[in-house]
Amino acid sequence: MTEIETIEKEEKIDSERVREIVAKYRHREGVLVDALHDIQREFGYLPGDALRIAAEELNFTFAHVYGVASFYSQFYFTPRGKNVVRVCVGTACHVRGAPAVLDQFEEELGVKAEETTEDLKFTLETVSCVGCCGLAPVAVVNDQVFKKKDQPKVIARLKGEQS
Amino acid sequence: MNRLRSADELRVLRERLILEDEEAKRPKIMACCDTACIAAGALDTAQAFAQQIEEKGLNIELIKTGSQGWCANGPLVTIEPQHLFYQRVTAFDVPGIMDLTVSRGREIDRFLYTNPDTGEVVPWRDDMPFYQKQMYIILRNCGRISATSIYDSIKVGGYEALAEVLSSMTSEEVIDTIKRSQLRGRGGAGFPTGVKWESCRSQKGKVKYLICNGDEGDPGAFMDRSVLEGDPHSVIEGMIIAAYAVGNISQGFIYVRAEYPLAVTNLELALSQAEELGLLGENILGSGFSFNIEIKRGAGAFVCGESTAMMHAIEGKRGMPRQTPPRSVETGLWGKPTVLNNVKTLTSVAAIINRGADWFASIGTENSKGTQVFAIAGKAKNTGLIEVPMGTTIREIVYDFGGGILDDKKFKAVQIGGPSGGCIPEEYLDTPIDFESLTSLGAMMGSGGLVVMDESDCMVDIARFFLDFIQRESCGKCPPCRVGTYHMLEILNRIVEGKGREGDIELLESIGNEIKATAACGLGDSAPNPVLSTIRYFRDEYEAHIHDKYCPSGVCKALGGYRIVEEECLLCGLCRDVCEVNAVVEERKRFFIDPDVCERCGKCHAVCPNECILVERR
Repeated sequence: MTEIETIEKEEKIDSERVREIVAKYRHREGVLVDALHDIQREFGYLPGDALRIAAEELNFTFAHVYGVASFYSQFYFTPRGKNVVRVCVGTACHVRGAPAVLDQFEEELGVKAEETTEDLKFTLETVSCVGCCGLAPVAVVNDQVFKKKDQPKVIARLKGEQS
Repeated sequence: MNRLRSADELRVLRERLILEDEEAKRPKIMACCDTACIAAGALDTAQAFAQQIEEKGLNIELIKTGSQGWCANGPLVTIEPQHLFYQRVTAFDVPGIMDLTVSRGREIDRFLYTNPDTGEVVPWRDDMPFYQKQMYIILRNCGRISATSIYDSIKVGGYEALAEVLSSMTSEEVIDTIKRSQLRGRGGAGFPTGVKWESCRSQKGKVKYLICNGDEGDPGAFMDRSVLEGDPHSVIEGMIIAAYAVGNISQGFIYVRAEYPLAVTNLELALSQAEELGLLGENILGSGFSFNIEIKRGAGAFVCGESTAMMHAIEGKRGMPRQTPPRSVETGLWGKPTVLNNVKTLTSVAAIINRGADWFASIGTENSKGTQVFAIAGKAKNTGLIEVPMGTTIREIVYDFGGGILDDKKFKAVQIGGPSGGCIPEEYLDTPIDFESLTSLGAMMGSGGLVVMDESDCMVDIARFFLDFIQRESCGKCPPCRVGTYHMLEILNRIVEGKGREGDIELLESIGNEIKATAACGLGDSAPNPVLSTIRYFRDEYEAHIHDKYCPSGVCKALGGYRIVEEECLLCGLCRDVCEVNAVVEERKRFFIDPDVCERCGKCHAVCPNECILVERR
């Protein structure tokens, strides 16, 4: 499914909740990105209908809202896994073996980078530097940074939870 | 706590805090709790200390600090008054440390730094080679105070410069001081800060804005994160002084990357503390000057580090740069005159006010004054943050601070300035670093990320890596960057896949120079730098890839063939086990790789304990 198809799909979401979230941003300037952050925090991603409601409430065209949301790499239009694994592929991690780390996660989780497992347990993605270059190569699992040494343990733990 | 109503009240508060501290004479345990140390388990360590202190009812102050610098060996713990710098302290080690060191005052050697050359144990960090020659201006408080307490900051002189400025300096005097200090923007291009403030001040208009750029997008740089996490009050203080100097600014923004959640948390806390004490908001320190700061979170776009793009992002739009001029000091955020400074620039401001413009101008080289923070990463033995005077040579940074190359391999290049910078080879190691010298070498100060590379890194692959990054992050507004980098990446991809053609190097150079001349924003201008600088210094590697279909470093897997050196082979069979296509053939007392079956995945090369599998020209 392409990105456009994803956001055009009708989905059941709590539209009142979206209105509540964006209410404080009405009649204010420069708040769209903040509103999108808040919506994503609530739903885990940006459902198409939530974007439509936000556009309506904040007096934007839907195209503008989608345009802004799609510009930034950390806004997502599809549901994401319960656990988000982000492999750092910054320069320092790259020279210290990030490609191999990514390969290993891809193999362990059975998905490619930027993909989510079918059971919505895991999302695997890459990130260009999390500022922990001193420990390279690192991976970020649910917002916690792990050194290479600790990564097998984390995978094992997550897989344990999976079954 | 009541709001402070004057500079005097702040001074009284500071004196009281210092006195209380002296009278309490409490031992201090300072646990580094920045993102890198947390990754190494610092929160558990800190928790274990807290538990021990509580259980035993000890009168000890436990302080969670920001980065203490030596990220490679975390969790780091500083113990006072014994003056000890412990490394790799896990929660498991805490009871022992409490018993031996804190209660009985004994040093435990295994947590201390041992000089690998002399075997000498160094108890205190300032005597270690990594710290010895550092000079702290920007990182003056980082790792030395609690990252979450405004009182700790005030105790060491936080907001002192602000009080001085508001009570006894005019805006012109502040600008004059900054101009005389010759402070230049630490974000990359090095524009003189005082001049920027002055030209914004001279603009007409009752509404102006100030932005602090904390969108440290360069992979390989983490100093802004460390400052925002570890010493947010110095950034806030610098912003208030800047707003006062420029005038007509009542609203400032700090733009922080989405990838730095801890920085946002600590900043939010710092802002609310400053407001509570009357150091931020309405009528700061009773001076009649009012200023507010709002945090703007990024959402993952490298290009937002460019000033005009950042302004669009703050306005809630797609973060795309626009053509300059008009410069943002004339027409910036919402069309109003705007000053945009980097985190490190703003952090330097208070130090300059406190210690004088002449002091700052006496440090550094002729055209670049003061210090710069570098993040040493990659293949150096010691990785972490250092702050050194401008003019320090690259060799000193790599060998004295960085401790040389990991596994004693051979140095190949150092990449400075991230995707806008370039690779500098060995023959220029003795270049003193400043803004101009780096630009003339085809690199850039950038944000100060410094990635060390050794003989096992392929420069063509590194160039491809950066271009891939730039191509993905290109905002797509101007064709030179959008289309040009796409074509350059295409050419580099075919070179590393062994399909390089005659004339590819020249084509890369020509497209690269074209992009430099025509791209719309600063990031586009510098986008070809990683490729052009590697061609400039490592042309032979490109040639080997194209003409000989061979990667001298053995990184590009599609190139070259693998061979087992029989004389050195231990016959362990690991290469045979790891090979997925059964290309490693076992015969009586020998292994060999069948070149027709081998897919050149490189796994055997990586697994060989005796390093006797070679990559050779086919």
